[in-house]
Amino acid sequence: MEKKIRVLLAKPGLDGHDRGVKVIAAAMRDAGLEVIYLGLRQTPEMVVEAAVQEDVDAVGLSILSGAHMTLFPQTVELLKQKRAGHIILFGGGIIPQEDMDKLEKLGVGKLFGPGTTTGEIIEYIKSATKGRRKEEAIF
Amino acid sequence: MAEKSFLDEVKKERRQWEEKHSTKNNNKDKKFTTISGMEIKNLYTPIDTADINYFRDINFPGEYPYTRGIRPTMYRGRMWTMRQFSGFATPRLTNERYKFLLERGQTGLSVAYDMPTLMGYDSDHPFSKGEVGICGVAVDSLKDMEILFDGISLKDISTSMTINGPAPIIFAFYVACAEKQKASLQNLRGTCQTDILKEYMAQKEWIFPPQPSMRLIVDMMKFCTQHMPKYNYVSISGYHIREAGSTAVQELAFTLADGFAYVEAGLKAGLEIDEFAPRLSFFFNSHLDFFEEIAKFRAARRIWARHMRERYKARKPESWLLRFHTQTAGVSLTAQQPENNIIRTAFEALAAVLGGTQSLHTNSMDETWALPTEKAAQIALRTQQLIAYETGVANTVDPLGGSYFIESLTNKMEQEAEKYFEEIDKRGGVIKCLEEGYFQKEIAQAAYRYQQELEKKEKIIVGINEFVVENEKIDMPILKIDESTEKEQLDSIKKVKEMRDNDKVKRALEDLKKAAGNSENTVPHLIECAKCYATEGEITEVLKSVFGEYQEPAWF
Repeated sequence: MEKKIRVLLAKPGLDGHDRGVKVIAAAMRDAGLEVIYLGLRQTPEMVVEAAVQEDVDAVGLSILSGAHMTLFPQTVELLKQKRAGHIILFGGGIIPQEDMDKLEKLGVGKLFGPGTTTGEIIEYIKSATKGRRKEEAIF
Repeated sequence: MAEKSFLDEVKKERRQWEEKHSTKNNNKDKKFTTISGMEIKNLYTPIDTADINYFRDINFPGEYPYTRGIRPTMYRGRMWTMRQFSGFATPRLTNERYKFLLERGQTGLSVAYDMPTLMGYDSDHPFSKGEVGICGVAVDSLKDMEILFDGISLKDISTSMTINGPAPIIFAFYVACAEKQKASLQNLRGTCQTDILKEYMAQKEWIFPPQPSMRLIVDMMKFCTQHMPKYNYVSISGYHIREAGSTAVQELAFTLADGFAYVEAGLKAGLEIDEFAPRLSFFFNSHLDFFEEIAKFRAARRIWARHMRERYKARKPESWLLRFHTQTAGVSLTAQQPENNIIRTAFEALAAVLGGTQSLHTNSMDETWALPTEKAAQIALRTQQLIAYETGVANTVDPLGGSYFIESLTNKMEQEAEKYFEEIDKRGGVIKCLEEGYFQKEIAQAAYRYQQELEKKEKIIVGINEFVVENEKIDMPILKIDESTEKEQLDSIKKVKEMRDNDKVKRALEDLKKAAGNSENTVPHLIECAKCYATEGEITEVLKSVFGEYQEPAWF
């Protein structure tokens, strides 16, 4: 039986604008993914701890406050420290293209800006996690 | 209104008109809906306004129930206040922007604070890292407030502040600053947003749980009613509810329900309604569906007047008046083809004016990318001035009054809002609904529904799902907040803490803690703390130790 893709979504930092992340959570749920929504005002530590505990395939961060160059790198570091480097880190918000490029070089997955459809994001998660889940099936 | 025989004739003629043209009508079975999903008919006629009693339901401007406007002359007597929401980086830079906007013709100030300030954190708090001055101006103490308003006479210009969780604290900074400028509190004009109920619903910028938050608001209500009769101590807001994804009716209903909750809080505290109601003010969104917005504003005035007079038995007309500020819908703007945003904002501003707003902020075209540049902010301000002085719409009061469509839609908005009031009452009131996530879930569902409509192309956004430009090159300057901002603020706080009388601060904070723990009004104590340069963060910590912190269940 196909194992469901597990995604953790969260809003790190002080930004409280959660319309987008909640719409994505609902769309993912309706598309058959298992969604854990941590909510607002999470620290990177809280996010990574939950991600490891919940054994998720992907973590999505929503940041509209401009603090992405602080919060994403911190999250990458913590995932590495917890040997959770197999988890896809993705996200969205208000992130200039040049910052998206910088974060990609650090190991962050795809970042989605305004105007993205939920379909696009779900497609990306499905294809990005495909390779990973194959490894699990081997055991 | 009209005679029965006339109405029967209109009914008959309309039926014949429909039949005559039905074969040529391509979209006969298609549903046309507003952006909120409200169905709109092909045509409105005297039939749709047949049950309206002009004197009972519409009446003259400045007369109950104020459907046509709160003043008899409206913009002929006084133009709406052009009040651009503004703030970024340091108080010094924001002070320059305020002077620029005033010089370009804005007539009121509106302060936008950064995320740390909005959440009660000082710039040097660990949670503030990377967030100082990015979404608004950083204010940590009275010193920052003094720089913010340096060379700006607070007694001469009304000032609005968007602050909610720590509203009483920042309000205290403002009052202390005004007193330093030798402005008399009795004449100080302005608004503090303070509306914590919509924070739990939508904007999510809270600190304390609902009960202590309401107590702080009642403290402000009592203080202002006594000492600041020209000051709006709360701006009951729908803007954020709408931005979070609600429909127009939900925005209308949830905002007014919050208003009723504040009224009830004031009454419960033993205040006379006519003492505190006149300075309750409102703040609405103006979204892109033109007529839906105009009907919403007109319905808002009528609903509030009716409830205040009939339900709450307020006797002064000033207590029945719904006075409001409007901001054009940020959420309607696109990152793609940003110049289109100038036009979207213009339509939304026009709707607000035709809806009778008292004060207006127009968004800048680049706000989907960053805070506004000077040039974009100027265009936004000019948008209002063009409406005011070139279009002629301000020449007469409520120009759309009497339109079959507008009056019918106004009625519909009121009816739908009343259904929500019943539902909220049935569920135990606003606070109960907040605790159970009723509003939050309604809003999230409406947001999700709209997104699905967009993805199915049932709703169109130019440049997003239609009229898209592939590989578009954005040719527009983007405001960047200098990296030195955070360091500048950190140095500033250090200096403030060195120069102030730290014993005085300690005592003031202790007195505040005592007052917060019993039923004393905290506001005079907050002002004392402000005056001796206690920082926002220090004051917040004291209040947190008494009131606790709010945690939200993660509904979606």
